[in-house]
Order: sequence, then C-alpha cells, then structure tokens
Amino acid sequence: MARYLSVVERAYHGTLEEQDDTILWVNHMFKNAGADVSLLLRSNAVNYAVKGQDASGLTFGKAALDVPPTIDHDVEELIKAGASIYAVEEDLADRGIDKSELIAGVKVVGRREVAKLFDQHDQIWHW
Amino acid sequence: MASGKTLTISLMDPPYESETTTTVLRIIDAALRRGHNVNVFAYEGAVALPLKTQAAHPNPVKGTTAEEQHHPTTSGFISALFEAARAGGAKLDWVNCGLCVDERGATDWIEGVRRGGPADFVKMAQESTNTLVIGTR
Repeated sequence: MARYLSVVERAYHGTLEEQDDTILWVNHMFKNAGADVSLLLRSNAVNYAVKGQDASGLTFGKAALDVPPTIDHDVEELIKAGASIYAVEEDLADRGIDKSELIAGVKVVGRREVAKLFDQHDQIWHW
Repeated sequence: MASGKTLTISLMDPPYESETTTTVLRIIDAALRRGHNVNVFAYEGAVALPLKTQAAHPNPVKGTTAEEQHHPTTSGFISALFEAARAGGAKLDWVNCGLCVDERGATDWIEGVRRGGPADFVKMAQESTNTLVIGTR
C-alpha cells in the first residue's frame, strides 16, 4: 500500500468556525477510507500537538459556540486511528514549546531528518 | 447605551477558511456591547459570510449528528450580532459588495444585510470615528 505524508503548516485558520482543523479532519477521513497516511506538523501547526488546548467561551451576542474545536484531541484520535504524527523539533523550540507539553505519541523530528522522512513515503501532500 | 461613536470595518475573508473572520465578528460584538455603531463593508469572499443558505452538517470523523455537533454558521453569528445591536440600541449596518455578490451568485442573505459598493465604504469611513481595513492574507 502506498504511504502518504501530509505536511500541515497553516494553523488555526477557520478552526473555530469549523470546530476542527480542515486538514486534520480530511486526513482522518482519508485514514478512515483506508489510506496509509501520516502527518508532519511544521511551522505554526506544531502547536496542534500541545495538550490541554481550550477554545471554549466564544459568543456573538446571544449565539454561543457550544462545541468548540479540540485540536489536541483530534490529533490524539488520529494517532489512535493509526496515523503517525510528526512535529518538527526546531519549530517547537522556536515557539517555546517543550516536548513535555506534547500529547503522547507525537514523534519529534529534526529539520535535517525531514528529507529522510519524505523518502519513506510514496507521496508528499503539502497542504 | 449608545456611545454615538461609529466603527467601520472592511472585511475580505470568506467563511470557514481563516480565523480572521471569527476575530472580526468578535470585534463587532465587543463594539456593539460598548454601544458603538458598526458598519461593515464585506468585499470579495466576505459576502458569503451572511448567506442564509448555510447549513449545519454532521461530523463523520467524530460520529456526531449535526444537532449533536451544533455546527455553527457565520450567518447565524451575524444574525445574533444584529439582534445584539437592536437590544443594545446601537446600529449594525452590513453592506455586501454587489459585484462580488454577482460574480459568486451569493445572493441569498439573512435579514439586515444590504447590497452596496465601494462608494458606500467611502461614505461609511467619512462618517465614522475610525475605520479598520482587514484584507486577506
């Protein structure tokens, strides 16, 4: 079976309105459809792997967002579904994110290892 | 209580694609809560924000129905902002750029939205305490 690597770097774009991240979501759907897909979080998207995110409390007038996005939980669910989740080490460090803040199961890779990671997959999908 | 001040906002982003739209709606909400009038000139993709035909959908990844998910619509948020303006004695004027609407076929809006053009934005800016232009990035 072909192996796919989805590279996610554009983060928190429409996540409140969508109640999730559209790229994590569609990759979970790909996984459910039988694809062997892994995800590489880079740039701002490395924050998706930080545990304990809370996006609750949004209201407009009397309209409330009752079901806020839970991006960290969505990443956990992807791992449970069998997807490997990678995060670029230097991008974490640039944002002051310690590895201890990440949800369990996220694999941290150095920038120098990214090319090798690409080679381990048949197709690279850069969203 | 109405403050007598007016904020004009020009917005370009479409719904569901950036956090910009959420932030702008929050700014409008905050301004209305303080009694400020708010004008919005929705340009390009932003004309789809108040589309009446937006509908909640289920989430097959989570296995939730549309009702359980309580999926939001930007038009629902904007309706709530119109209600908040009426309740607080402030005015919300939302103008959708007519040519942008035509090229997208995005014509079916919630109550309160009106058709206009760049000249409306100029008039709004001239009559406002300040203007906030939020372009697409």
